[in-house]
Amino acid sequence: MELGFTHHQSAHCENGVASNLLKHQGFDISEPMIFGIGSGLFYVYIPFLMVNHAPAISYRPMPGTIFNKAAKRLGFKVKRVKFSNPKEAEKALDENLKNNIPTGLQVGVYGLSYFPDEYRFHFNAHNCVVYGKTETDYLVSDPVMETVTTLTHKEMEKVRFAKGAFAPKGQMYYPTSIPTKADLPKAIIKGIKETCRDMLAPVPIVGVKGIRTVAKMIAKWPEKKGVKVANHYLAQIVRMQEEIGTGGGGFRYIFAAFLQESAEILGKPELRELSFEITKIGDQWRDFALEASRVYKNRSSKKDVYNLLSQELLKIADLEEDFFKKLKKAIA
Amino acid sequence: MKQDEVPQDEGNLSKKNVRELLYATDKDGNYTTALSTGWEPKSIALSNSLEVINERIEEAKNDFKAGKSSPIPYFMELAKMDLPILASYVGMWQWRVKRHFKPSVFAKLNDKILSRYAEAFDITTSELKHFKAD
Repeated sequence: MELGFTHHQSAHCENGVASNLLKHQGFDISEPMIFGIGSGLFYVYIPFLMVNHAPAISYRPMPGTIFNKAAKRLGFKVKRVKFSNPKEAEKALDENLKNNIPTGLQVGVYGLSYFPDEYRFHFNAHNCVVYGKTETDYLVSDPVMETVTTLTHKEMEKVRFAKGAFAPKGQMYYPTSIPTKADLPKAIIKGIKETCRDMLAPVPIVGVKGIRTVAKMIAKWPEKKGVKVANHYLAQIVRMQEEIGTGGGGFRYIFAAFLQESAEILGKPELRELSFEITKIGDQWRDFALEASRVYKNRSSKKDVYNLLSQELLKIADLEEDFFKKLKKAIA
Repeated sequence: MKQDEVPQDEGNLSKKNVRELLYATDKDGNYTTALSTGWEPKSIALSNSLEVINERIEEAKNDFKAGKSSPIPYFMELAKMDLPILASYVGMWQWRVKRHFKPSVFAKLNDKILSRYAEAFDITTSELKHFKAD
């Protein structure tokens, strides 16, 4: 059984699934729009939590929130179901396919056989769409892949019931009611307002202040943790920052694309100017990644390179603080 | 980032002919999308992480050979897991899993418990029980 479903590749899995599912229902919306309206740009350093034996930094909100917020602000409903029993989870998914509903799933990356082995880590907040089933396989539209792909029935059970942090628990979701006409300008402003509020939050681990906290930690790593660990931490930062579906630079570019689209919709040319500004900040995030990669490539331990990186990141934090203050004013 | 600056380095994705999508600007500054085969800083970051994992696997193997630990830490590292992840896969408390790292405790585990580990590692119970590091 195969439902007609058009696969569009995206930069980030959750926006991509949301945008693809909505497009399928006839509601044409771009990935950057979902990202912006759903307040996808975020930064949080989570103290005490270690991921892959390194400090946990997230550039995105909790899994599911982008889609949920976008749904609320655009006026459509999303049904989400979790399961404790894999058999029931399978039955519910098959039932959906029978009823002609392409269905979004939260899955663990470790079991995704279509990813290169190097990419298969225990990361559970990935998203994809299932749009059909054959004797042996499920038909899968994974938005970070260029084309559609498949998973065997057994693999599907494994990825839906991956364990660890953010365990998906078989979670499936799909939009139920689609508005004929959404109030885009209102949704855009809500999305931007929340992003500004998060990034300027007076909390030392969130937003701009969170970036500063991490910057200050970096300077201390070589002395406190030794060269090897410091290098490993730095490599992990770059992975979490620039890998597919996460993002320092990448997310700034999606946000910039969102601001360009919004400038037209709201008739606010200043948003276009701001989009250029955040693009430049995105470039700086990538420069930071490039500089950091030189450090761990050469296994450098010189204290001043870590200080330099720390200063670079502090500079980015200053630029972002300034940017989000201006953005807040622009839509006030 | 400008469209023509989108990196096309050899990356880990390009091995499977996968390219990732990025947002980039065209010559008029308008946003569009572009595909990238990879970017060197990311590739090195990933290989660095894999190196760290391989070192941990090797260390766990040596600990097993030296009789310092059971095979569980070795298979845990091999599956890129850490203690909290493994504990949630086998459905036991972390302290209990940690106890099973001891060779003396491991030797007394029954097949039911062993099968939970085997399933988590995607191997057979006998492979786990009779593991010989080469």
